[in-house]
Amino acid sequence: MSSPILKLVAQRLALGVVLLFAVSVLIFAGTQILPGDVAQSILGQAATPQALANLREQLGLDDPAYVRYFRWLGGVLTGDLGKALTSGQDIATSIGGRLENTLFLAGCAAVVAVPLAILLGLLAVRYRNGPIDKLISGLALASTSFPEFFIGYLLVYFFAVKWQIFPAISTVFDGMPFLQRLQAVVLPAAALTLVVLAHMMRMTRAAILNVMQSAYIETAELKGLRPIDIIRKHAFPNAIAPVVNVVMLNLAYLVVGVVVIEVIFVYPGMGQYLVDHVTKRDVPVVQAVGLVFAAVYILLNIVADIAAILANPRLRHPK
Amino acid sequence: MRDETDYLSKLVTAGRLSRRDFLGRTAALGVSAALANTMFTDAVKAQTPQKGGVLKAGLQGGESSNVLDPALNLSQVNFNFGKCWGELLVELNPDGSLENRIAEEIGSTPDAKTWTMKIRKGIEFHNGKTVGPEDVKATLERHGDAASKSAALGILQGIDSMKVDGDAVVVTLKDPNADFPYLMADYHLVIQPNGGKDDPNAGISAGPYKVTINEPGVRYGGEKYANYWQGDKLGHADQVEIIVINDATARIAALQGGQVNMINRVEPKVVDLVKRVPGVTIQNVSGRGFYPFNMFCDTAPFDNNDLRMALKLAMDREDMLKRILLGYGSVGNDFPINEAYPLFSNDIEQRKFDPEKAAEFYKKSGHSGSILLRTSDVAFPGAVDAAQLYQQTCAQCGITIEVKREPGDGYWSEVWNKQPFSLSYWGGRPTQDQMYSTAYVSSADWNDTRWKRPEFDKMVVAARGELDQDKRKKMYRDMAMIMRDEGGLIVPFFNQYIDASGKGVEGWVSNPAQEMCNGYALAMCWLAA
Repeated sequence: MSSPILKLVAQRLALGVVLLFAVSVLIFAGTQILPGDVAQSILGQAATPQALANLREQLGLDDPAYVRYFRWLGGVLTGDLGKALTSGQDIATSIGGRLENTLFLAGCAAVVAVPLAILLGLLAVRYRNGPIDKLISGLALASTSFPEFFIGYLLVYFFAVKWQIFPAISTVFDGMPFLQRLQAVVLPAAALTLVVLAHMMRMTRAAILNVMQSAYIETAELKGLRPIDIIRKHAFPNAIAPVVNVVMLNLAYLVVGVVVIEVIFVYPGMGQYLVDHVTKRDVPVVQAVGLVFAAVYILLNIVADIAAILANPRLRHPK
Repeated sequence: MRDETDYLSKLVTAGRLSRRDFLGRTAALGVSAALANTMFTDAVKAQTPQKGGVLKAGLQGGESSNVLDPALNLSQVNFNFGKCWGELLVELNPDGSLENRIAEEIGSTPDAKTWTMKIRKGIEFHNGKTVGPEDVKATLERHGDAASKSAALGILQGIDSMKVDGDAVVVTLKDPNADFPYLMADYHLVIQPNGGKDDPNAGISAGPYKVTINEPGVRYGGEKYANYWQGDKLGHADQVEIIVINDATARIAALQGGQVNMINRVEPKVVDLVKRVPGVTIQNVSGRGFYPFNMFCDTAPFDNNDLRMALKLAMDREDMLKRILLGYGSVGNDFPINEAYPLFSNDIEQRKFDPEKAAEFYKKSGHSGSILLRTSDVAFPGAVDAAQLYQQTCAQCGITIEVKREPGDGYWSEVWNKQPFSLSYWGGRPTQDQMYSTAYVSSADWNDTRWKRPEFDKMVVAARGELDQDKRKKMYRDMAMIMRDEGGLIVPFFNQYIDASGKGVEGWVSNPAQEMCNGYALAMCWLAA
């Protein structure tokens, strides 16, 4: 049994790598068609023609595009992401720290949001169409419908300004004690949890309800099992595939899509880093961050695929 | 008057005003001697700097792409941090005069062409080396090199040669310049060991704080440098920290929540709300920054002075100031100078909104059809609203304005200084000469109104070389009148720097030169116990 699964995993990973190459071409092409000029953007309003010319020459912006693509790809493959044009800092090092921060925040949010969403989903199914179901769905949908900056400011207003329980800004840094770091990310993690909760909860509910239509659930009911046991033992395992899919999608969002929350809480993550460098036309950084984001997305989707296959005997043992 | 006495009290606190001067100046404001005496004592008591603690600022204007090199220092955070770790030759006082720092004395030959800067002895760099005239010379060389990317390159281009003479640096200029000492107060000209030629990003100079944390776009930190040469005046807190907070709401929340002690850039529309927060003080000061509507004087239809005059008369400055800046500013008069500059003449008639005269000039210009005005949120806060308000007042004068909102991304490269009629921003300069030379002479790169008048250029040069202050003031008045009546800029208003300090922050002395006490807020303030 193990060899077909290994083969499957290898296949998926290989596909992922091919995909990543395709993405790298797209990213490179995309950054080439950004309007404006790197040197001009770096110097801004204060640019004199002399300073502009000096900077352009120093950055080597005159080579043709394909030459720069292969030079870049070669660097990436050997682990060298280059240096930021604007600050001259090593990109791999800068991204390392930022990625760690982003993963930490995403991790904190996920640890709360995923179990909570699934639990609420199960409860909603158990008491479906009753007041509890309606309450859970209503609250979750309401929290998702608010724009994330609104939820963020609301949390800041009450927890940081009014009651002063948690800090308003979540600046974290190297060497910060773990508990202090945890305290710093409470508010942004809570905001993110509220943002992603409803999607996962609703999908869990829908997936399980779908399974609940099956004949074997009816059998289980006729057997006299308690409703919560039916959901837990019979319905949920068969609904895992779609649930994992939506969970992975939301995890990917927590990693790549949280720039607004980062700005509001002044959290030094990848999103802010990317935005800063897009405005400065710092192409190597934009490319590197784009690639990291793409890799995260592809990886999480591979995990979702494989988990879905493992959870389904029919896919696990193809004829 | 309260503001005035408060200001004087703060000067006392900061050790910049003696008892005699304080009593004299408050008497001039009509304060009785007894009251003034009490006020002086209070000011001295309240204002004895307390040492120690950690002072934190939450500042807008920092990106992860920033570097420490003072030559490339363009954003607010780097500007403020530079004042913590850097030391300049001279610095601007709140009243517009100069304070000598590394330069102990600056003098010139009568023709204002050769300047001698005597370098103060016993000042130490953070690497333990002593500041010498060679370091000063090397710094000016690095920033003034034609191949340099320094933002101070423009102001150093007038230097012909430099040499070290004993404990002094002697600078010979190509043309006379009475403002040369003011040029040395430019915040990019941080004196570094060997001019920073070895490693411009090392962050080593001779300021009150030594760089300990440098995380671009996130936070910066400094530790008090024990051997700072004037530690009694600057560097009261043991540590200073700057946290980059680009979001306006987050900045205010951080100040309210006590995570930071001071913030910059409070938006005018929330000032009244912030004022009500216990312990928070709004620190606002009129600066030299202004928000012009720029017309290209050499491009049709703006090459017609009657049309330019019509457009100037169609601006309702008072209303604009009230609506866009909510009163936190002062009206402009269509030339780039205000009372914050030395040698300003305050007797120039204020131009007012005059629909009838505007319509008359418009008719005389013979122009017809709509005029395209470009704006963007990045030009200045409220720039899109300002353009629309202007569109309405123009309509009252029979002038049709078409407002085009441009994307913020690329505004400074594609629109400003490229399109004939657009909104912009100028931060102001320490002297009138610098402002005119930067943007209103024929050869200036940033001549964003295409103002090319050989006779005006000559006036700028003549005023620059004039050491007689009265004659100079008269010359600047003449220039202002020409700009006002013939120039290509409409100035609705000058802005204010609006900062805020939190509970227990003492020693704040606002400075019209720049925000955050000209960047020294962290170094000059202390935390009251």
